[in-house]
Amino acid sequence: MIDQKVHDQVQTPIQPDAPRLSEEERIGIIGSPNRGDCIMEPIEPVALGFEAFSLWYGAKRAIQDVTIKFPANRVTALIGPSGCGKSTLLRSMNRMNDLIPGVRTEGSVYYRGIDIFARDIDPVEVRRRIGMVFQKPNPFPKSVADNVAFGARVNGFRGNTRELIENCLRKAALWDEVKDGLNKSGLALSGGQQQRLCIARALANEPEIILMDEPCSALDPIATLKIEDLMRELVKDYTIIIVTHNMQQAARVSDYTAFMLMGEGGAGQVIEYAPTNEIFTNPRDKRTEDYITGRFG
Amino acid sequence: MTTRAGFHSQIDRLQEELVLLGSMAEKAIRRSMDALRERNVPAARGIMHDDNAIDEKRFAIEEKTLNLMARQQPLANDLRTLAAVLLLASELERIGDHAEGIAKIVVMLGEEGYVGPLHDLEEMAERALGMLSRALEAFLQQDADLARRVCDEDDGVDALQDVVYRRMLTIMRADASLVRRATYLIWVSHNLERIADRATNICERVVFLASGRMEELNVSVY
Repeated sequence: MIDQKVHDQVQTPIQPDAPRLSEEERIGIIGSPNRGDCIMEPIEPVALGFEAFSLWYGAKRAIQDVTIKFPANRVTALIGPSGCGKSTLLRSMNRMNDLIPGVRTEGSVYYRGIDIFARDIDPVEVRRRIGMVFQKPNPFPKSVADNVAFGARVNGFRGNTRELIENCLRKAALWDEVKDGLNKSGLALSGGQQQRLCIARALANEPEIILMDEPCSALDPIATLKIEDLMRELVKDYTIIIVTHNMQQAARVSDYTAFMLMGEGGAGQVIEYAPTNEIFTNPRDKRTEDYITGRFG
Repeated sequence: MTTRAGFHSQIDRLQEELVLLGSMAEKAIRRSMDALRERNVPAARGIMHDDNAIDEKRFAIEEKTLNLMARQQPLANDLRTLAAVLLLASELERIGDHAEGIAKIVVMLGEEGYVGPLHDLEEMAERALGMLSRALEAFLQQDADLARRVCDEDDGVDALQDVVYRRMLTIMRADASLVRRATYLIWVSHNLERIADRATNICERVVFLASGRMEELNVSVY
């Protein structure tokens, strides 16, 4: 269902008049001109947007009234202390929370103008277009090649599989390291290589948005930097939204940063959302300043 | 695969912007000396106006440097480079202020003639700008030896300032009506001497950048 709707809208960018910023302009952004309060209104084309979104696990509200728009072809980081709802928010972006019993939502999550929580939307199709990479590398117990091709085959891929595998592995900056061992088990790779394999696997489904939930927390510093470099490459073609506990990583890799905090009722809220330069050099909300300077709690 | 290529290319771009700021400051000094030589008040006013562009460039470099420091957690040589960029941007902007200072003197003197020849001042300007140019070269190459050699040139500029100062004192003693105009030229020489001092500051930072050691390189005999 979503395919037809998306097809109809593919030629219609959500904000056709939004200016595309050059790298130089983006680095120089100190405040969005549309930023009326602590929650920025992007001036670039938007890939995904939350509108008055709340989520409950049973009786417990985990996300409270979040309205936020994520710019296309940018890396946006969600930061905040444990339990602030950032992973829940991320997992709402491709309906991964559907798999948890007792989850209820209010409000909307818009992707290409379509509410992905609408009744007639197939969550599997949502997840194909909005892919996910998890905290721990989780390759299938299959060969490197099959890890990449498996999801695409399940989704009915009918093109040249060999090309698909090479393209995805190249995009994931892994090809040179595995091209002579495509039939070896994905589990035999190092942790950093496994995570890049998982990214290649996600790319094989041709997503537009890639969600990353703590993608480097199980990796050593060099493997981490490789994934971060890879994100900067991938963002030319994809929108990336990352949850990280590592503030330095958010600072290094993201264009925009959203700071979340648990509100008085225990539900996660977005406190401040701005260009990363601004969040890390001159945040507007004292709670953001306290968190990033380590004075929190 | 080289990691953090994006970060390192941003540092490279920042250094290029710093060199651009240096060339803006150098051009301003040359224009101010031209205006002085030609007693060109409109040109001097133009230099004073254009100093804003130098100030803005300095602020832009500082802002980008602070953003890189906040976001990329620079360490070792990267950290020293960014710290040096902050200091150099400030020194170069102040050199632009010296050009503005000379231009103001041109405006104050107006159509009045000079009390003596300008060749010592011209010589000071050439030497100071030569030091500045080589100091920036030393920065880009992280060449501590070149930086030390540039610092050795500072005494020559100081000596020239001393010559100008003594000559002006002689003129003032001989004819009290020339005190004001002679003082103006001493101020010009002071501005030029400070450019050489700032080039020396830049060189000290280059030595720190290359070696990690803080050194005062030239304690002037003046």
